[in-house]
Amino acid sequence: MIHVFLIVFIITLFYLSIANRMLTYVKVLALQGLLLFCVAFLQLSEINTLNLILILLETVVFKSIAVPVFLGYLLKRNNITREAEPYLPNFVSLIITTTIVVATILLSNSIKETHLDKMFFVVALSTLFTGLYFIASRRKIITHVMGYLVIENGVFVLSLAVGNEMPMLVNLGIMLDIFASVLILGIFLNKIGDVFKDVDVDQLTNLKDF
Amino acid sequence: MIGIYLIGAITIAIGLSLSRNKILTFGLLGLFLVLQWTLTIYSGNNLRSIDLNYFTYDALAVLLLATLSVIAVPAMIHSHIYLNDQPASPQTRSIYYSSIVLLIMAISAGYLSNHIAVTWIFTEITTLSASALIYHHRNKLALEGTWKYVFICAISITFVFVGILFLSLSLENAGSDDLSFANLVANSSKLNPFWLRLAFLFIFTGFTAKLGLVPMFTAGIDAKDKAPAPVGALLSSVLMNLGFVGIFRFYIVVANTPLHHWANMVIGIAAFLSVFVATVYMIKVKNIKRMFAYSGIEHMGLVMLGVAAGGVGYYAAILHIILHAFVKSSLFFQFTQLYRVFQNKSIYQVGNYFKYNTAGAMVLLIGFISATAMPPSGLFVSEFMIFRSLFEAHQILVLVAVLLLLTIIIWAFGKNIFKILFIPPIDFDDSNVPKISPWESLTQFILLIAAIYLGLNPPTDFVNLLKESIMLLPK
Repeated sequence: MIHVFLIVFIITLFYLSIANRMLTYVKVLALQGLLLFCVAFLQLSEINTLNLILILLETVVFKSIAVPVFLGYLLKRNNITREAEPYLPNFVSLIITTTIVVATILLSNSIKETHLDKMFFVVALSTLFTGLYFIASRRKIITHVMGYLVIENGVFVLSLAVGNEMPMLVNLGIMLDIFASVLILGIFLNKIGDVFKDVDVDQLTNLKDF
Repeated sequence: MIGIYLIGAITIAIGLSLSRNKILTFGLLGLFLVLQWTLTIYSGNNLRSIDLNYFTYDALAVLLLATLSVIAVPAMIHSHIYLNDQPASPQTRSIYYSSIVLLIMAISAGYLSNHIAVTWIFTEITTLSASALIYHHRNKLALEGTWKYVFICAISITFVFVGILFLSLSLENAGSDDLSFANLVANSSKLNPFWLRLAFLFIFTGFTAKLGLVPMFTAGIDAKDKAPAPVGALLSSVLMNLGFVGIFRFYIVVANTPLHHWANMVIGIAAFLSVFVATVYMIKVKNIKRMFAYSGIEHMGLVMLGVAAGGVGYYAAILHIILHAFVKSSLFFQFTQLYRVFQNKSIYQVGNYFKYNTAGAMVLLIGFISATAMPPSGLFVSEFMIFRSLFEAHQILVLVAVLLLLTIIIWAFGKNIFKILFIPPIDFDDSNVPKISPWESLTQFILLIAAIYLGLNPPTDFVNLLKESIMLLPK
């Protein structure tokens, strides 16, 4: 059952790579939050109730409700156009994402260890690198933030893989991740919306060496 | 003691952020410096003892903490001069002071922590407080610099976290899930090499954002350019040292495993590329602060080359980051005075600095000699040892290439510095150049002389601490 959710998670990555509209990104991020909760619920069987509530807050409340609502609000408030405006055509994006997933599967085949469920490893690493690819290939600052959130989701999947042994470390890490990412990124996105009229990365090229 | 320090520093930071009264602000800043020095002296007297489980006063931490405390004093003095000179609202001022206190606190705690997750948390706090400082001017360019810094640091901090997760996977056979450095070193033979390899790659990449090394060095350059110069001094000296601590403590773990050679290669490649990148940018850079920042990249590249070469290189690397912190921070402190004279940071618009501020020009000249590691600079000693370690490691090709790149850097750096010092700028109206008191340069002279003294004639205690901090590394 866990594997089904993880595979759906990978499929959302493919969907993201060809998505055109900004609202689709927001919705997929919300879906990813829900998927993460399902995985966490099934995987962390030895966990106590308090930790479970914390994870519920992190995934469902935070990742799939608060963040998407906030992103939608930012889109409206800053009049960001609906198109994602990638530098590369969607077809190329899809191929690159597929390459990343295949490469991580190949890498995971070299693991000889039996402790770890390789599925988690594949999903986590491919999410991480796909997130990085989104950041590199999209024009808008807000899509960079979304790419970062995708990376965070990948890290969360990975932390679930070790969650049964070290729940405290994982919780601490995820809380701090959320704290740093969305608090800072959110505040600055607000500011950037005020200062720069159109929120493209092309506007952020004034710091030069000469 | 560390508990008192953390609570005290946070209370002072909150007090500073609320205070609008000048005398109260002074009092709180003074109190913080006293607290900082108390911690430093306490840590020196309680060497090797553990505090609050997660903090150890070990040799490396004590050395770097002392460096930080020395630099913190002029940083406060120059911040005060800087803020008096600039029209800033009382609110911006309180945010500035409060963030600088938080920054220094987080760096100190990051040095002292003996657990990789705790180091990670405090590194994250430095990103937060540094971003508030970089955004001090509240304009478009500052926002751009802050945004880039926050974004790159957020990604790299995530990388470190992924590395920590892999590290916990590699511990599975060790029978203990304690991620403190001491436990990791003790169990280093039982670590799973596959996960350790991945962990090292991620943790190393993550910390390069703070250390200023290829691949994540870019954000730091913009940050040091846009931050007020006294903050730039902290960012380009003690904060870089925090990145070094993060990498070095984990490197000690890896060095005790069969992956030692592989890790050296990874570090060596990143370090050599850093020196190369720094050379390329030094040639074309025309912004004085960015020039200092790129010089920092070059030095960090050399430090990590020393670590990768091993042997005497370990000792030289730690000596080098300490001396570099003194030299680079004094150059940044001097920049505030330079800027007051010319109101510009482009090399084209400044010049003939000797005429306007003799003491400051002397600082720039001595700083240049120190930063390019010419004798009698203390950095000459450490850099020479790094080259010796490369020679002993039979990396002659790397050595020759680095020496060539360094020659180009010295030429580019010298060309710009001598333009600033001697060649009069075109169309510069010097009728309303402010008179700069030579006393303002005093702290910078002290820092530069300290760097020379520690390099040429290191006290025995200092040498012992240096030796102790590399004790756990294989010979």
